[in-house]
Amino acid sequence: MSESYREMWEKLNLDLKAHDGLLEVLGKFYGDIYMSQQGRLQGMEYLDFVLSEVHGLRIQELQQAKASGKKIVGTFCVFVPEELTLAADAVQVGLCAGAEAGMEEAEKIVPRNTCALIKSFIGFKLARLCPFTESCDMVVGETTCDGKKKAYESFADYVPMYVMEVPQRKNDRDRELWKAEVLRYKEELEKRTGNTITAEKLKNAIGICNDRRRALQRLNRLRAAFPVPISGRDVLLINQISFYDDPVRFTGSISTLCDQLEERIKKKEGIVPENTPRFMLSGCPMAVPNWKLPYIIESAGAVVVGEESCIGTRNTRDLVDESPETLEGMIDAVCERYMKIDCACFTPNKERLDNITEMAKELKADGVIHYALMFCQPYGHEVFKVEKALKAEGIPMLSLETDYSMEDMEQLKTRVEAFREMTG
Amino acid sequence: MIAGIDIGSRSAEIVLLEKQKIVHQDRLPTTFEPLSQVRRLLGNVQPLKIVGTGYGRNLLTEADIAFPVETITEIKAYAIGAAFVYPRACTVLDIGGQDTKAIALMPGGKVAKFEMNDRCAAGTGKFLEHLAAVFQIPVPEFGSYALEGDRELSINSMCTVFAETEAVSLMAGGQNPRNIALGLHASVVKRTVNMLRRVGLKFPLVFAGGVARNPCIIHLLEKALGAPLLIPEEPDMLGALGAASFGESSAAERDK
Ligand code: SF4
Ligand code: SF4
Repeated sequence: MSESYREMWEKLNLDLKAHDGLLEVLGKFYGDIYMSQQGRLQGMEYLDFVLSEVHGLRIQELQQAKASGKKIVGTFCVFVPEELTLAADAVQVGLCAGAEAGMEEAEKIVPRNTCALIKSFIGFKLARLCPFTESCDMVVGETTCDGKKKAYESFADYVPMYVMEVPQRKNDRDRELWKAEVLRYKEELEKRTGNTITAEKLKNAIGICNDRRRALQRLNRLRAAFPVPISGRDVLLINQISFYDDPVRFTGSISTLCDQLEERIKKKEGIVPENTPRFMLSGCPMAVPNWKLPYIIESAGAVVVGEESCIGTRNTRDLVDESPETLEGMIDAVCERYMKIDCACFTPNKERLDNITEMAKELKADGVIHYALMFCQPYGHEVFKVEKALKAEGIPMLSLETDYSMEDMEQLKTRVEAFREMTG
Repeated sequence: MIAGIDIGSRSAEIVLLEKQKIVHQDRLPTTFEPLSQVRRLLGNVQPLKIVGTGYGRNLLTEADIAFPVETITEIKAYAIGAAFVYPRACTVLDIGGQDTKAIALMPGGKVAKFEMNDRCAAGTGKFLEHLAAVFQIPVPEFGSYALEGDRELSINSMCTVFAETEAVSLMAGGQNPRNIALGLHASVVKRTVNMLRRVGLKFPLVFAGGVARNPCIIHLLEKALGAPLLIPEEPDMLGALGAASFGESSAAERDK
């Protein structure tokens, strides 16, 4: 098995030795953080399997898809409308990276004070570690934060880059711009895949993406039960895997897992005791294998009950309206859904504050931990507003700024523990 | 009797508390073998329970110690310790060897909000210690040395390494080293004041931790804040005291 993978990785021009090292570290890390948990649901086995095969079987599937003429589209942001990608018979995968690898390489083409997420995806490419990036026929960037916008310019020297313009406000003019960008993306996809996006195909794709969102919404409702039936890091993992896995298969497995969760809830079985403090995470996305903070939180005797981030509810909260029947109507519905994303790159961005307070109340969270990556301007700025909004509702917040390194584990632990003591 | 033990990066402290009265306190450098230092601090005493705090608190739970062990963070420990000594305290500032914390208190010593310095040592005891070595002045004398300065030279960098470079180039430029030292102390104070403001500083303010022995920092802080500080007699014992006091009240709760 692993021999045929090696051949595949070699063909993808990975640095085999460095890649072996990465898999080894990842495996160990996963063992410590995930496999050591007690009383996990049986349905998590699927996710363990997907993760263990994330550079293996899943890449093989992508290669097979490519051989059958499908195109692979890589993305870094939840603004890229997957409905269109799927309607063009292409496969979409997330390329955000959550590990400290190739940082030095990355610093040759982006400034040192760039957030870890950007440095990581660049590092993975330059150090030849990511089989997903290497499988892509098209890499779609977007004009969200300055860090990404400028990084894509340099990244275009290494991958087939295409950039969508995401507006910064949500007025009529901005919506027009966004629609023009969605149409331009549609044309580009049609050109690159040779397939025409028809009403029928788009309808089907909208259904697939909505079904996945519905499954994740259900998971998010169930996880917040008393006592909490599933660990926060498991739910984070599920959200992370939703960016890599085949959407239909993924939805099926998550639905099975949710059935098991329902049974557990009926029996009032918790993964932690009922009185465990419940924290909600909010802020920057946590890409695989960035499990640092949830692990710290859950080792400190608290449990994570929600992720207000793009690898979390920001990606699953809103559905595309399924009623339009014409292609034009469906595209409008897609545009509208994406313009509801409350990313910190927008100005103003009041919706996010409302969504955070509402979510914290709904989850009955004892506190919110705001997570900003170091050097992330948009989320770093919003910390102040989020804290104020939560304070007005009497919900305590802890603001943490960190990156992918493990140097600050002890300091983070102390802060999180002190926050637990404070809210308890 | 309850033992509170604070294992910090530089020193470890013990406070023994019996019915809210301090019966014994002691301090030793942490060294590379903190657990043997803890054993030395404990000596022959037989506490009902140990409450550990500080950076090394988890060492206590992992080690096989003959008494029941509980831990709390240094944030909580300093808050309780400050309220123990000064029941009306509203804010606590602790500048220790490796970190600086500002804590806003609710009545009774509960933590309302806290801030800590990030991973680097800028603005902590370590910063002053490092620079005292550059001046070749013993750490306990560095504060009074700086107080002899008559003009505060501005040091712009908060990074220990760059601040040293700045200080060295000022020295090379013939500046009075006491004024440079004064400037270095002022840079610590500036950073600290910002941190205090972020937690919503209210008086009375308790100043604790090893750096609370530094007269220059005290002077500059009082000047910047325009109010006197409450400084415990043993400023580095507050963590251990808070831990012990927590232990007494949690034991009392259980007996209820
Ligand atoms: S946080 Fe903003 S830029 Fe990042 S993935 Fe989400 S929507 Fe895109
Ligand atoms: S984390 Fe912040 S800085 Fe980094 S890519 Fe996302 S929005 Fe940009």
